[in-house]
Amino acid sequence: MNAPKMKSNATDHESWRSVLELASQEVFDTMLASPLTLAPEPDSDDRLDITAMVGLAGMLCGVLTIRCNSKAGTAMASKMLGISLEEAASQICDAMGEICNMVAGNFKNKVSGMGDGCMLSVPTVITGGDYDCHSLAESNALKLSFLFERENVLIALQVQS
Amino acid sequence: MGKVQVLIVDDSSVMRKIVERSLRQAGIEIEKVFEAGNGAEALAVLSTTKVDIILCDINMPVMDGLEFVKQLSGVENAKGVPVVMITTEGSEGHVVQALSAGARGYLRKPFTADQVKEHIVPVLAGKA
Repeated sequence: MNAPKMKSNATDHESWRSVLELASQEVFDTMLASPLTLAPEPDSDDRLDITAMVGLAGMLCGVLTIRCNSKAGTAMASKMLGISLEEAASQICDAMGEICNMVAGNFKNKVSGMGDGCMLSVPTVITGGDYDCHSLAESNALKLSFLFERENVLIALQVQS
Repeated sequence: MGKVQVLIVDDSSVMRKIVERSLRQAGIEIEKVFEAGNGAEALAVLSTTKVDIILCDINMPVMDGLEFVKQLSGVENAKGVPVVMITTEGSEGHVVQALSAGARGYLRKPFTADQVKEHIVPVLAGKA
């Protein structure tokens, strides 16, 4: 897929929606052998108690987050490692962090001009749903609602510059 | 190609397991897998161990993959041992940096077992 050229204007970030969708779905198809499908309706993030985050710095500054509930997180770890759900429970954070890292990397590699000029942080994973995330970014987050194993997964890119 | 000893360097234990599984799925016979969470840990492993191939991430805390590859030239047990980078950093610039630092190959995450076979087997066979 030919991705749009990178632009720093916040109003243009909507054009990255399809790139982020493809980048996310490729990671799930390839590493989990399980599809990530767009949700028919955007879902509330109220019950999503696992958040994986990867920071982007350089030509693009921002943060990419993946949010889901424990059931979806366990399923992701299980599919990724090919182990049972019981065994996967202890691997959720590591698996979610790595998935977030791959989605962020796959996304930036698809946006022309960003690959060399944008660095990724190591992932951070937060568990627990009782918190709010505040950003100083000028633009709204690019949010995509997906379904994975019938559970909601929210992937968002908050761009700061 | 007989059984091989592999050093997998990645800060994610999940990814280390996936790389090992992908190697086996690719038909590579493994004698032993050594693991390290960053470049510094990998250098410590290599101070006492000789392996047949090193598979290394780039973005890691403490010592990243590029710095690790640069430091390998001074490690006796790493002489002649091929390094393949397995990383999300897939830009041309990163590939050039890795190859210039001494890496023999480069595989982008996400990857399939077929891609692992395509990138790793020729390196192990000395054809890359």
